[in-house]
Amino acid sequence: MSNITLKVNGKTHTLDVDPSVPLLYILRNDLGLLGPRFGCGLGQCGACMVIIKGAAVRSCITPCSSAQGSEITTLEGLAKGGVLHPVQQAWIDEQVPQCGFCQNGQIMTAKALLDKNPDPTDAEIRAGMDRALCRCMTYYRIQAAIKRAAKLIAAAGQSSGKEVGA
Amino acid sequence: MTAFTNIPKQVEEVLEKWNKKTSRRTFLKGSGLLVVSFSAAGITGASLLGPAANAQVIAAAQAAGPYPDPDFRQLDSWIVIHEDSTATFYVGKTDGGQGTGTAFRQMMSDELDIAFNKTNLIMGNTEITVDQGGSGGSDAIETDGWPMRRVAAEARRVLQEMASARFGVPGEQLAVSEGVITVKADPSQKVTYGELIGEKRFNVTLTGDNINATTGVAKVKAVQDLKIVGQSPQRYDIPAKVDGSLKWAVDARVPGMVHARNVRPPVAGAKLINIDESSVRGIPGFIKVVSKGNYVAVVCEREEQAIQAARQLKMQWEKPKTPSFPRSEDLYRYMRNATPTSVVQPRPPSPDVIGDPDAALASAAKVIEAEYEFPFQGHTALGPAHAMADPSNGQMTIWSNDMKAYGLRTGVADFLGMPRDRVRVIWQEGPQLYGRTAADDAGFEAAFLAKEVGRPVRMQWMRHEETAWDVKGPAFVFKLRGGLDAQGNLIALEYKARTADYNHIGYNDPDTVLIAQLMGRRPSTPAPGGASPPAEMYAIPNRRRTTEVVALPLVWETPLRVGNLRDPNGPQTTFAGESFIDELAAAAKADPVEFRLRLLAASRDDDEQFKRARSIAALKAAAAAYGWDTRPSPKPLGTGTILTGRGISYCYRKETIVAEIAEVEVNRETGHVWVKRLVCAHDCGLVINPEGLRNAIEGNMLHGLSRALHEEVRFDTEKVTSADWLSHPTLTHADTPAMIDLVLVNGDPNPNRPDLPPYGAGEAAIKPTVAAVANAIYDATGVRIRRVPFRDKSVLAAFKAARL
Repeated sequence: MSNITLKVNGKTHTLDVDPSVPLLYILRNDLGLLGPRFGCGLGQCGACMVIIKGAAVRSCITPCSSAQGSEITTLEGLAKGGVLHPVQQAWIDEQVPQCGFCQNGQIMTAKALLDKNPDPTDAEIRAGMDRALCRCMTYYRIQAAIKRAAKLIAAAGQSSGKEVGA
Repeated sequence: MTAFTNIPKQVEEVLEKWNKKTSRRTFLKGSGLLVVSFSAAGITGASLLGPAANAQVIAAAQAAGPYPDPDFRQLDSWIVIHEDSTATFYVGKTDGGQGTGTAFRQMMSDELDIAFNKTNLIMGNTEITVDQGGSGGSDAIETDGWPMRRVAAEARRVLQEMASARFGVPGEQLAVSEGVITVKADPSQKVTYGELIGEKRFNVTLTGDNINATTGVAKVKAVQDLKIVGQSPQRYDIPAKVDGSLKWAVDARVPGMVHARNVRPPVAGAKLINIDESSVRGIPGFIKVVSKGNYVAVVCEREEQAIQAARQLKMQWEKPKTPSFPRSEDLYRYMRNATPTSVVQPRPPSPDVIGDPDAALASAAKVIEAEYEFPFQGHTALGPAHAMADPSNGQMTIWSNDMKAYGLRTGVADFLGMPRDRVRVIWQEGPQLYGRTAADDAGFEAAFLAKEVGRPVRMQWMRHEETAWDVKGPAFVFKLRGGLDAQGNLIALEYKARTADYNHIGYNDPDTVLIAQLMGRRPSTPAPGGASPPAEMYAIPNRRRTTEVVALPLVWETPLRVGNLRDPNGPQTTFAGESFIDELAAAAKADPVEFRLRLLAASRDDDEQFKRARSIAALKAAAAAYGWDTRPSPKPLGTGTILTGRGISYCYRKETIVAEIAEVEVNRETGHVWVKRLVCAHDCGLVINPEGLRNAIEGNMLHGLSRALHEEVRFDTEKVTSADWLSHPTLTHADTPAMIDLVLVNGDPNPNRPDLPPYGAGEAAIKPTVAAVANAIYDATGVRIRRVPFRDKSVLAAFKAARL
């Protein structure tokens, strides 16, 4: 056991845990952040996705110690000032989820994708999202929602001249 | 004043109310007022439980039972009207993600004459919602929606009667709209639902022999008078699913809770000889190894400790002396050679023999024959099975996403030998459950372990366990023969199916859940299993249909245990049936749509629900939406690497009719199949929420696509070797069609009849997809793929064998 300091959604936490414990269990069981979920523990499905240094990261295979010193964003941290992130809004507008269990991974992956590539082509969306699995098979709507979110982000950027979202 | 938002009210909120001593339970007992104060909402309006609220919840949750069943013959069990003229509906269903909860609210709001956004719905909590059995069988709207509509209509009638007494005018002189009752002759005289009955009991007894027959005096509205039904209000559960505020069954936490993991036998049918507990005793937080028979689990303070202990536990197992099953490569040969355990008796009105198929085949101008193979497939939920059980106060409270919360309660009470009214199940959302999944098993395991260790236990299956040990949809082999006359008319059809469905397990059965099997508890006779033949309305003058069941060597304690998986046999039997109809059309050099329409039109007979007429309408609608060009399959072979083609498939499920068209791009050099476009014409009668229905149909078709292209449970002679998303692939973003077109058809001969019923939509559209894809591959390449799944390697092998 050792002291691990994590900065999650703008808050700093220090915990006495085994540094090899996957970040997922710390987020869920110690910090009560339940957006990321256990799906495989193998880095294959994406249900546990968080954003670290702008990249979508699978927290189920990330030792908590390796996330020290970086800003970690979970699903709960996407909205700012009581306003949903455009990706989240697009997910509601397109009525994407069925059961919704995987949607943390879909939303976080899409957010990181759009941060890097604000106007992705269909092929880029398929490639960028490919390792986020959904067993309700809501892929068709997810891909539509990503295009809608790209438009929302572009429109907000034009009207405010500022970056939108986390 | 309640600030109602368009959101789900969490079970926690209900529990919170208990703590204020004015509980739903007390209300149901008839002691008077129900005070309702909904807590502040999250970003999207969804409940965010702070630590303080959580403590209240926990205190309430651990309050003592007993927990008698709510009385479905009391109106108060279904509907509560609040002082602010909002309403809460309590129903005994669960919504796995197909939007049935929203549809229930629409139907009940409509009958009650109250705005949709002034209502709220609580589902699947055995203590406070009536037992409608939970989810299953695509019956949410078709069957369970009726008592919901009737009780809401009855509530409206009673409210109107109360207003009539208040104003001294007959009911017909009152107007009722959006929770306000007005005297027609003097609109200044009006009263709200809240003013009439807010927080008070109706005290109205309902009638009906069973819950599905529950009714009051009032009649439900004619279709033409429904205003909210037929609209598409957004799903109320979606905002909380995207802002992170929804509390799922996987999130259930109480103080003192510990974590458990199962340790499964290393090979199927192994017998536990010895456990070396010292191998895990040194792990920090280790609490206990629990074992009984061949069931083993570890319990630790923290989750990662339990995972480590399960991996590290040393045990001695004795392997069975004979193979538990054939290798998956040998499965179909094994099934063909096996002696059947039973022959499935046909269900009326489907006789097994019509006419004289042998004579007709002997006289046919052309006879063709084909065999098809369909593997074991899993539910393979994205989130492995889980449950949390709290044994406080000598009772058992289980938080579960099991779609049949009521059955889980009854089964666990039996399994643990506890009075049923000391067990309750609190249903919360979870990963999709399209049938009998391991969510049942996890609930039993959590409850058993909670009783053993005397503390709240959270059970979580791991990925390898879910993929390998979850309940499977059964494998099939088929042999079909068909005879055409000189004009290309289908005059005889022989269908023979064999399914590895022996010992088909039910839901939450204390004798067949996995923990019971591993402990050696089981019924005296395994369930015989079975399947229905393809569901179509073709008029074929001579036909014979036979379905036989076969067993694998290992019957109990097997990872290849079979149960309901979405439909539960339709994807398999429709693959064979509709592939073969396509083969017959090709042999007759007929267009596949025209060939089917001819078979449907050959008879003038129809059934009570006009399934034949509606089948014709759906086929025509699908062809029109696709822009189908009439010609036989296959089309002339293209010259490039990518070959394109289209295929059609059709079936019904109970009363719902589906016709689907798949358009494929096939890479002749790699064998890769991309379904570029899907078209579906879908007739499920009265549509409650068109957008919600579209989402459900899309999910069905893409689930069918995943089963067509990817899914197969593989095994060697002693264990399942499909253990993760690499060894058991699923549909991905890259596979997604570029275009999906849906047509909602109403093919009823009297489409505007006021009593047009709604039919189920939860499973119908998964049935024809596999065959539509196979037929499209044939159209593109002239090669018939008769074994599922159509993975690149096997498709390429078929191309090579056909010298494509």
